[in-house]
Amino acid sequence: MTSRLLNQIGLFFAALVFVSPAILFFLWMISLSLKFEIDNGAYPPILIPEHLAWSNYAKVFEENNFLLYFWNSVLVTGTATLLALLIGVPAGYGIARLKAERSAVVIMIARMTPGLSYLIPLFLLFQWIGILGTLWPQIIIHLVVTVPIVVWVMIGYFETTPMELEEAANIDGASSWQVFRLVALPIARPGIVVAFILSIIFSWNNFVFGIVLASRETRTLPVAVYNMLSYEQVSWGPLAAAALVVTLPVLVLTMFAQRQIVAGLTAGAVKGG
Amino acid sequence: MSATTPERTGVTIEAIEGSQTIRLAPNYWPFVVPALVVVGAVIVFPWAFTLWMSVNSWTLGQARSFAGMENYLRLASDPRFWESLLHTLSYTFLSVIAPMFLGTVAALIFDAKFPLRGLLRGVFVMPMMATPVAVALVWTMMFHPQLGVLNYLLSLVGIPAQEWIFNAKSVIPSLVAVETWQWTPLVMLIVLGGLASVPREPFESAEIDGANAWQQFRYLTLPMIAPFLMIAMIIRTIDALKSFDIIYAMTQGGPGTASETINIYLYNTAFSYYDIGYGSAMAVVFFVVIVALSFILLMLRQRSQWIDVEGK
Repeated sequence: MTSRLLNQIGLFFAALVFVSPAILFFLWMISLSLKFEIDNGAYPPILIPEHLAWSNYAKVFEENNFLLYFWNSVLVTGTATLLALLIGVPAGYGIARLKAERSAVVIMIARMTPGLSYLIPLFLLFQWIGILGTLWPQIIIHLVVTVPIVVWVMIGYFETTPMELEEAANIDGASSWQVFRLVALPIARPGIVVAFILSIIFSWNNFVFGIVLASRETRTLPVAVYNMLSYEQVSWGPLAAAALVVTLPVLVLTMFAQRQIVAGLTAGAVKGG
Repeated sequence: MSATTPERTGVTIEAIEGSQTIRLAPNYWPFVVPALVVVGAVIVFPWAFTLWMSVNSWTLGQARSFAGMENYLRLASDPRFWESLLHTLSYTFLSVIAPMFLGTVAALIFDAKFPLRGLLRGVFVMPMMATPVAVALVWTMMFHPQLGVLNYLLSLVGIPAQEWIFNAKSVIPSLVAVETWQWTPLVMLIVLGGLASVPREPFESAEIDGANAWQQFRYLTLPMIAPFLMIAMIIRTIDALKSFDIIYAMTQGGPGTASETINIYLYNTAFSYYDIGYGSAMAVVFFVVIVALSFILLMLRQRSQWIDVEGK
């Protein structure tokens, strides 16, 4: 009995060793974001300062227009994800029922392709159409990330849902669309949630499309944070606060939807970008 | 099941032999068409366009002219390209090996039962979901040679200060450390999925036969999770080859060109020098490199004797 207890304690500490880089990183990130310049420049470094610099966060929103960039991120990620669901859920259904496994290859190729190779032609296209100053170029190019994720997750999901109900509805004279909407779709709701969450996260985190396509008014958060670094006399406090503001939404989502994320990632093993 | 397999095209009325039912075979193509249109517009069109541009000499703002294979020949004799290829390969090699090893060990730990397992696993997964640019910024501060927390931690155990990403010699290993920090959890999750599918019985009989823990791992666990390791390795290879955010946000390929991978060089060519034709040729070659390496790994996977878990 005691050896089993010792074993468990040993495992706990082994796990702690593996988790500690993550814990230390996020603790340090929070610490940096809450320190005044004088504390951030101190040696040896201070983890918990005497005076908390909440003003760093105020600075991020007041001086760097982060409210606008936050809203841009919400619009780009939200629209690209909703469009991807609208297109990708039926597609996943169709592909699963057609047993068109080859179409999965297209998605694998999309996954292998570096984002930059989409950027050159689409950048030129957007320039010709004349929509570069708007959010549309980013919304459209984010579909490169979101559509494959949604289709991939949904193929996997619809392949596991039973056919019997759909067949019964079909015999009763329901049209394909009715079968999909009234029978297949309600069963697939957990799969849609997984696709939705993964699509949101990878679209939100995307950086490379924004640095090319965004102008001053259409920056998303990752681009805005990067620009703070390159164009300002860098002060660490506000910079770390900005980094935390950018990544906090996805971290919160990760904590609440951990089970769905793990299920989605291990089933399809997808990552956008 | 086969009798109910839907027709692939058109709405057809078919009488199934042996039954009186007349059924309308569902038509699934309309479900796929919108996605096909979008994939065509945002994936296939860019590819076709890239191929076409790669055989043209074209810098934005200047006249375009047909160049044939000129861009590709220029690539072959461009030392900066070869250097970037070398950086890409060494970055990828290290960014596959380290997360694979650490992720597998972490999966073995998290597969066992111990207090607070769920919570710790949750924290362990978080780096993977964090926004790469935000991660890169904070790591840059931690790598700071004078004020960074990492050199302070090293000084506590008597190791001299390092220059991390600010030195041409240590920049790639330092970037790999960040990449490993972020993506080890993905390997862990995939391997953990594999471990969950491993049956108990062989281990019980192995124990009776007197196999020790290492032997059980080596001869039972490892072969059974091998397909999952292979999947993790392929995904990791593709992602490491394509890595952009972390490198660009932390070093822009510097110091000098010491951490300039193909992806970064490609970005600079197309969007700093606006040399669209040359950048497109580079994109094509880069894609071929990624596909070739993935293909080699897939071949390795199929040649081996491992059981196939994909056919679910």
